[in-house]
Parts: sequence; C-alpha cells; structure tokens
Amino acid sequence: MSLITEPYAYEFFRQGLLASVLVGALCGMLGVYIILRRMSYIGHGLSHSVFGGAVVGYVASINFYFAAGLWGFLSALAINATARRRRIGADAAIGIITTASFAVGVALISKTRSFTRNFEAALFGNILGVTPTDLVIVAVVTIAVAAFILLFYKPLLFMTFDVEVAPIYGVRVGVVDSLFALAMAATIVASINVVGVTLIAATLVIPSTTARLLTDSFGRMIVISTIIGAVAGVVGMYVSYWLDISSGATIVLLEAAAFLITFVGTTVTRRRQRWTKQWVKPLGSRPDR
Amino acid sequence: MAAPASAPDRALVAFEGVTCGYDGEPVLRDVTLAIPRGGFVGIVGPSGAGKTTLLRSIVGVVPRVEGRITVGGRPVGRGATPGVGWVPQLETVDWQFPATVREVVLMGRWAERRWQAWASKDDRQRVDRLLDRLGIGGLADRHIRQLSGGQQQRVFLARAMIGDPSLLLLDEPTSGVDLKTRDDILHLLAELNADGITIVLTTHELNTVAAHLPWVVCVNGRVIAEGDPDQIFTSAILGLTYGADLRVVRLDGIILVADAAPHRLRDALRHRHDGFEHAHHEHAGGDHEHIATNEATRA
Repeated sequence: MSLITEPYAYEFFRQGLLASVLVGALCGMLGVYIILRRMSYIGHGLSHSVFGGAVVGYVASINFYFAAGLWGFLSALAINATARRRRIGADAAIGIITTASFAVGVALISKTRSFTRNFEAALFGNILGVTPTDLVIVAVVTIAVAAFILLFYKPLLFMTFDVEVAPIYGVRVGVVDSLFALAMAATIVASINVVGVTLIAATLVIPSTTARLLTDSFGRMIVISTIIGAVAGVVGMYVSYWLDISSGATIVLLEAAAFLITFVGTTVTRRRQRWTKQWVKPLGSRPDR
Repeated sequence: MAAPASAPDRALVAFEGVTCGYDGEPVLRDVTLAIPRGGFVGIVGPSGAGKTTLLRSIVGVVPRVEGRITVGGRPVGRGATPGVGWVPQLETVDWQFPATVREVVLMGRWAERRWQAWASKDDRQRVDRLLDRLGIGGLADRHIRQLSGGQQQRVFLARAMIGDPSLLLLDEPTSGVDLKTRDDILHLLAELNADGITIVLTTHELNTVAAHLPWVVCVNGRVIAEGDPDQIFTSAILGLTYGADLRVVRLDGIILVADAAPHRLRDALRHRHDGFEHAHHEHAGGDHEHIATNEATRA
C-alpha cells in the first residue's frame, strides 16, 4: 500500500499526478478525432510549431501560454488553409509550416544559449516542475475541450465521418474546423510541460488507436480512449517515481504496451473467430448437404 | 407527366439561368430547369459533364456565378437547404470509420437538439421505425462495414430520410452494386416516390437505370435535353450529350442504347485479323446479356 501512498506525501507528486491524469484524458479524447481525420502528423507537427512560439514568447518576454497558444493556433489555421489548395498535399503543408516554426525556435536558442535548460524541459517534459499555474491551465483546457467535444459532438462526428456531405446537412465546416484547431493548439500547449514536445503526438495517437481496435462505435471509442489516457497518466506517474524514469516517456511507453497487448489480443480473437466460422460451422452442417 | 419546364409553379426545384462551378471555372452554364413536386428525375451525361455538380448545386454547396436556384420557392443560399435529403455515392464512404448504423442514420438529424451529444429516446425510436420501413430493421447496432451493398445503400438512404425530406438527392445510387441490389434500390426509390417524395438521381447507366425513369435530363456542361426517355433518347440528343456515336434501339417498349464505336472497332479489326471469330462470339454474348438485363429491370 505504501507503494501508492508514499509518493503521495509529496506535493510535487500530487500536482504531477493530477496534471498527468488530465493530460492523458485530454489527449486521449481529442486524439480520437485526430486519428480519424488522419491528422496524426498534424499533432506531431503542431507540437514542434508550438515550441517555436514558446521560444519567441520567451525572448520577447510574452506570457508562455499566450505566445505558444497563439502560435499553435495560427499554425493550425495556416495548415488548414494551405492544405485546401489542391496542388499541395496536407502532409507537405504540415511539413513546411511546422518545421519552419520549430526552426525559428532552434535558431533563437542557438543565438542566446543561456536558457537551454528550460527548453530541454519543453522538449522532453518535466512533470516535477509543474507549477500550480500550469495545473490550473491544464484543468481549464481539459474542461474547455471536453465541453467543446460534448457540445459539438454531432457536427464534429458528421464532419469527421464525411467532410463533403456534412455541409450539405448544414454543418458549418469552416467554423467547426477553426474551433477544432483552437482545441488542438490549446491541448498541445497545456500538455507540453507534462509530456514534452517530442512525445505529445504519441499521447494523442496511441490511446485512440488502441480504442479503435476495441470498438466499432464512435461514442464508445471516445470513452475508451479517454480512460486509457487517464489510466496511463496515473500508472505512468507511479512507475516513473519508483523506477526514476522520465514521466513523459513512461506514460508513452505504457500506452504503447497497452496498444501492443490490445493489437495482439484482438488479432488472435479475430483469427480464432474466422477459423471457427470457416471450419466449425461447415463441418457441423455437413449432414444437410 | 406534364413538361416540367412549362409548369414552374408546381416546381419543387427551379434553376433560372444558373452558371456554377469551382475555383471560378464554370462546370455548368446557363441551366434553366424545373423539377416538379413528386417527380422522379434522372440526370445523365458523360464523366465530368456536371451531373454531380448539378445535384450539389441544389443544396447550395457549389459556388454560383450567375442565376438563381429555388427549392420549394425558397432561394438556395448559404447553409442547409431545408427538406432535402442527400445520399452520397457509396464509393466515397470511409468504411473503416467506427460508426454503427444508428450513429450514421442519426447524423441526418444532427441539427435537432444540436447541443445534446447523446440520442434521445425519440431519436432511437425514429431510427428503429425508419430502418424497419427500409427493410433493414434489427441492424441498428451493426458496424456499417458488416452489411451487404444493398443494406449499406439503405443506411445512407435512412440518414437522408430521418429528417422527413420532401426531396431526395442521390449521387450515383446504383454504381458499384450488383444487378439485384440495383433493382432493389430502384424499386425502393419508386415506393418512396409513390409516397410523395421527389427524387433526383445521377446515373451513368442509360439502359439499366435512366431508360426506366419517367423523366431524364441530359447534361454536358449545360442542359442538352430533358423529357421522357421514350422521346428524348435519340441518336441526335445522346450523340450531343456524350460526344459519341450512339444508336437507340426500341424493342417492345424497351429502349436500348448501344455504343456504335465498338462495332466500328470490330469492323476495323475484322479487316486486320483472320482469327476474329472467337472475339465476335464473345461480343455477341455480351449483347444478349444486356438485353436480358433490360427486360428483367423493366418487369
């Protein structure tokens, strides 16, 4: 029991735990839309883009959340706009915009080497350094994104399923798309301190992909993905504490393990079902022929 | 049926001098067209002729350069056109998407209680009743991939009908389905039409679909002709529509459109090759099959 209660005595752990549960759930929830809209690469790119905004904010001494959030949101809109031009594929648009943003950050850092350490935290996550302010931001973003998904559940589902037909039924795709970009930028900015720029994409993609293997229903997929993310957050924090491994990496590795187990499990089950269908029934019905 | 163009008052859908297209490039020019309430209309034409654009313009998602479109007397503009159900081409559907039949059908009702994420009891009952009516009752909780082609088409028909539309628009509803499914779908649409729903569909199948509809619009960048296929399916009109040499054969009330080009090809090949016999037999077999199909559909 002390395995669970001992670290709980430390305030940094309690704060980190709360932050990682919220970030895990938040990324799991939003990740469903990201993988179904085939935007995994956008998640990965946006986190790098946000890094550029964060550095610019730091140099210009603007609030981190404001600078990184605005930068991320504008990048997401720019990606949407560029990808709509038919000659440029979405993947190329993402590659150009986000890596250029990241390069801005790298260039600024190399120019002023004094704050390298802070940005190591931004790149790889530093959950032990989660401040009460960070926690409040994470909580606010989680509640806001959850409210967005709940209120826009129907148009979001329609648009995710069929972006061509949704406007015919009156879904204002442009508006919902921009709100989604905002939700994505906010999620990434809020998650940076917990999992870091380099690992955010994994927390968006792995829980939702695992959930997809477990259900064929959209509604259930969101619930399962959120739960996987939250559980990985809790367990990851404890494993990270006891084994003294980076918390972001632990969370991602746990999610990857969950995916692997689910993948093997569902593949075996499906094979067995197919085998049963193919062989057992025909054998059973042979006398009728 | 009365000529729709002469009765604009009865028209459910009216195009008045419409030019529309994408990125400033007109796909359709100067379209004036009236689709009567209760009509069952097919839009035919070659690939890229603007069949789907014509259909999409009715729901206001094609930028218009000129002209006016009204549905039920109300001009089509930004936002959804009320009272219209849309059935997409099945080939465009993402079948790996995690959605049950119920989830897909309820998309058609998203604007009702739009801020509420979950389906109400009323919603659920509506879906069940509609699925029963369309002959796919009991499949509500299946994943859409686990259905046959005909069942899948009915799911998207159900999504279009859950909002009780007076107008159903279907983009190539018979493409990519087998023969029996095609007949089932056409008969189902005829039943819905008999219940008073106006139906407009696009099709590239002249013999097996368009020739059996009461009213057909021939499109190729503009409206070439419209009317009863009995009257407008002529070599001249179809030649103008398709830019190809098409022959029209009328046999006991059956219309059969045949492409003359392959026959010319055959003649050309006959001159060159001595061992033509084999290919000739195969072609003749194909023709017979085609005629038989036509009769079956008509019956």
